[in-house]
Order: sequence, then structure tokens, then C-alpha cells
Amino acid sequence: MAGLGPTGGRAARTYAGRGPLLILPAWVIIGIFLVLPILIMATYSFLTKEFRGGVIWEPTLAAYDQFFFDRGLFGDEQPKIEWTYILIFWRSIWQAGLATLLCLLIGFPTAWFIATRPAHSRTVWLFLITVPYWVNLLIRTISMKFLIRDNGPMNQWLLNAGLIDEPIHIINTNLAVQLGLFYSYLPFMVLPIYAAVERYNFALSEAAADLYASRWVTLTQVIIPVVKPGIIAGCILVFVPSLGAFLAPDLLGGAKNFMIGSLIEEQFKGAAGNWPFGAAAAMILLSMVLIVLIVYARNQDRESA
Amino acid sequence: MARKPDLRRFPGFLAVTLLCLFLLYAPLVIVAIYSFNDSPSITLWGGVSLRWYEDVFWGLEADKFKRAAINSLTIAAAAATTATVIATMAATAMLRAGQFRGRSFSFGLISLPLMVPEIVTAVATLIFFSAIGFQTGILSILIAHIVFCIPFAYLPIAARMEGIEDVYEQAAQDLYATKWQAFRLILLPLMTPGIVSGFLLAFIISLDDFIITNFVKGAGVETLPTAIFGAVKQGIKPNIMAISTLLLMVSITFVTLSYFAGRMGQNRKSNPTGET
Repeated sequence: MAGLGPTGGRAARTYAGRGPLLILPAWVIIGIFLVLPILIMATYSFLTKEFRGGVIWEPTLAAYDQFFFDRGLFGDEQPKIEWTYILIFWRSIWQAGLATLLCLLIGFPTAWFIATRPAHSRTVWLFLITVPYWVNLLIRTISMKFLIRDNGPMNQWLLNAGLIDEPIHIINTNLAVQLGLFYSYLPFMVLPIYAAVERYNFALSEAAADLYASRWVTLTQVIIPVVKPGIIAGCILVFVPSLGAFLAPDLLGGAKNFMIGSLIEEQFKGAAGNWPFGAAAAMILLSMVLIVLIVYARNQDRESA
Repeated sequence: MARKPDLRRFPGFLAVTLLCLFLLYAPLVIVAIYSFNDSPSITLWGGVSLRWYEDVFWGLEADKFKRAAINSLTIAAAAATTATVIATMAATAMLRAGQFRGRSFSFGLISLPLMVPEIVTAVATLIFFSAIGFQTGILSILIAHIVFCIPFAYLPIAARMEGIEDVYEQAAQDLYATKWQAFRLILLPLMTPGIVSGFLLAFIISLDDFIITNFVKGAGVETLPTAIFGAVKQGIKPNIMAISTLLLMVSITFVTLSYFAGRMGQNRKSNPTGET
């Protein structure tokens, strides 16, 4: 990983002793404006809501209670499990998972293809794959919305070409959200797999072929197990941001395809706002992401050990 | 004997790669084409014209977009500059200062903004500013942007610094250069491609951000993405496509510049002083 290993395995120490001073600004900025805010947000999730946004400093578990339990309109019924928010989270996991799968199905062959090009054309292919990532996410999402609308260019061409009789309805469906997420995070899948394939030793493929393995058997039994770390890294890099995505579900999914991002956003806008509840939902999302990352890091350690 | 099959080749992988590029570029190309559409409808094609570009610069909403663009560019320039300075210092600490307490922890801290989901950062930052009673506006946006720009500036800078052996600085110091002179006259010039590339990436990332900005911008302050999002909520209008195309051009220009800055670095690796 960039920045971890000093030059050539030997610690360069030109500025030995200055380390703490030089790293201080990064510590201060990220500490005060990211770590501290997350701690305050965690605190807010245990406070009482104030009706016009904000909180009253009275500790309560109300936000988490509202997330998981339904106590009826007046709060005096036997608590039942509240499915609304659990289902929104479940749908987000499902959508992010399918988007990850879509990225993998398209990203793996692409990464493989690029990694097996001659060295000089590889950078050009990689550049082509990464350029769209640097284009404003909002604009990419709007472009996707424009293209796949019921009376958008895609449907018009297909209609004019006589390939379909009525417009394909994609916008405001789950598929639209998955396409949007795919579009948002594809390079995150391609790059780690590319790095793994680039290091792949083709003598393994030759050995498999000498033992009469078919191409398919070589792929599934030899290649995929070897480049698995790259695949897993790619899946995590796509899944994690997809889980909390806001733009793709909001612009492409419509009201029915609510995801975590929209649920959280709604708590901080307008009259329906409930800050402690929004903070609690954000905490739950953050915990899920941290669990994924920790499990990943532990597996990494075990494999490298 | 039959010719040995090429084990690197899998049937259909080229097709998937082309499909992939098609999926990535088709929406952008189509929006760019329709931005030149001479028709008030976004569906019907009415010939080529620049009317929506004129509308963006001189039309009814021109003032709003101009102010948003100025905000966006000011914030991006300030955030990217600050983040680049912080990241350069951090990279020097991580790669040139040997071991010190908290070094391994620092890498985690620097990459934290990449790991926390954006919506969580957005909520946390909003709550933070509200809790300390800080008036949200340009300054709150700038602070939030600096935070998430740091890792994007850090990665190319650290990658570049890693590739430079410290013998040049050592030589300078042997010739009685002070540490500061060794940094300013030797390390910094060698680092330039990495720093330029880090700055440009941070700049685009700041220009790109919607979610966090939307949370911490406060009433009445808009950046380009939030202004565009507000307009799109009322339906995609042709002028949005013109703005999008302009922003697309800016992004592509910056990435291309960053790419060539990085390559310039690679070419110089074999000849690190850049002498010919």
C-alpha cells in the first residue's frame, strides 16, 4: 500500500525526529473535523429530538427503539418488531450486493483483458476506464437518468429501429439503481483485480493446460483462487460506498426504491426531520461498514501470516 | 501439432471490455450531444445550436449558476491547496522521518475519510457544526472539503515520494545544506509531479462533491453540484445538459493533466534530477 513501506525496505530518516510535527496538521484536521464529529454524532443518537431539527440534551434510547420496535401510535402497545427501517437496510444491502455482482461480472473480464495487453497500451486502457470516475458523480447519474428515461434516447432509438413496441421501463426500478451504482463505482472493481492479474504467474495456466485442464477449469480452479484477494478488495470497494449511496437511489430509483442514504438524508431536511433518529441510522450504517472492513482486515492478516 | 493456444486470451473478454466502455461513455456522450440540441424539449431533436450554452451564461438562471461556479472553484482551489500542503507534510513524516510514535496509526487516520461512508461524514459534520454553534456557509463547506481531500492528495504524493531514494537529500546534507534546504531544493522539485497530480485529484474531488456539501452548505449558499441538483429536482432541462457538458470538460481536462503529470514523473524516475 502506498505510503506504508519506506524506500527499499529501509526507513529513510532525513527528517528523523520531525515526524510528529509534520504529521500534526493531518491529525488535527481529521481529528477535529471527522473523528470528533463522529463521536458527537454517536452522542446525538442517544438524545431526545427537538421538533424543528436539533436535539434536547436528555439521554434516551428512543432513536434506536424507533428503528427496531413499533409501539403503536401512542407508544403504549406491546412492542412489535418494526420492519420498515430494517427492510430499508435490507433492501440497501441487497441493491448494493447486486450492483457489486454486476460490477464483478463486467469488471473481471475487463480487468483481465487490460492486464493481458502489452505494457504500453495497458495504461491507456486503464485511463479510459478511470476517466468517467473523475467526472462529477451527480452529472453521471443525471446522464444515466436522461438516457434510460421512458421517452429518453435509448427507448426512442429502440422504438425507431423497430426492436421494441413500447418503451422499456427501467427508470424508478431496482435495475436503474443497480445500473447507477455500477456506473458510480465500476473502476473500484477493475483496479484491484487488474493489480492482482498483473501479478498472476502464467506458468500456472500453462501447467493447468499441460494437465489437460480446459480454459473454464483453469479459470475457476486456478486463476480465480489466485487473484481472489483482488476480487475481494474490489467487491468491498464497490459494496461499501454503494451501501450508503444517495444520488443513484434518489435520482434513478424514485420514491419506491428508498435506500439508507435517502432515509438518513430525510431526517435532516424539512419538517419530518428527526436528528437523533438520523444519527442512529448513520451509526448503524457506519457499524455495518466497519464490520465489513474489520472482517476483511482480519482475513488479510491471516492470509499474509 | 496444433498451435499452442494463447492462455491469456478468453473468448468474449474483449467484448465485455468494449461493453464496459460503452456503458461508461454512452450516457456522457449522449448528454454532450443533446446539450447542442436546438429545441426547448429534451426529447425532440431540433438541430444543432449553442442556444443552451448562451442560456447558461446569459439566460435567466445565469446569475445563480455563475455564483455557484465561483463558490465551487474558490472552495476547490482553497481546499485542494490546503490538503496538498497537509498531505505533503504528512507524506514526509510517514516516509522520511523514520519511526515515531503513532506512525502506523497515522496511515489509518489519513485514509479514514475514504472508509467512512460519505453520508455518515455528511451527517457527522452537520451535527458537529450545529453542536458548536458554527454558522454553516462557505467556511463550513471548505473545512469539510479539506478533510476528504487529504487522502486523495496524499496517495499520489506518497507514491511519488516512495519512488525517490533519499540519497539526493543525504548528498545535499553532506554538502552542508540544512534540512530545510534539502527539502526545498532537492526533495520538493523531485516531488513536483506527485504534488501536481495530488493537487489536481483533490481539486476534482472537491468540485465533484455533492452529498457532504448539501448537508453543510447552509441556506442560500450553493455550489455547482447543489445548484444543479436543485434544478434537476424540477426536471432535466436542456440548460442542465449544457452545464453538465461544461463540467464534464473541466473534469476530463484535469484528469488528463493529472495523468500526464504522473507520467512525467515516471519518465523522470530513471533520471531523477531531470537533467538531459
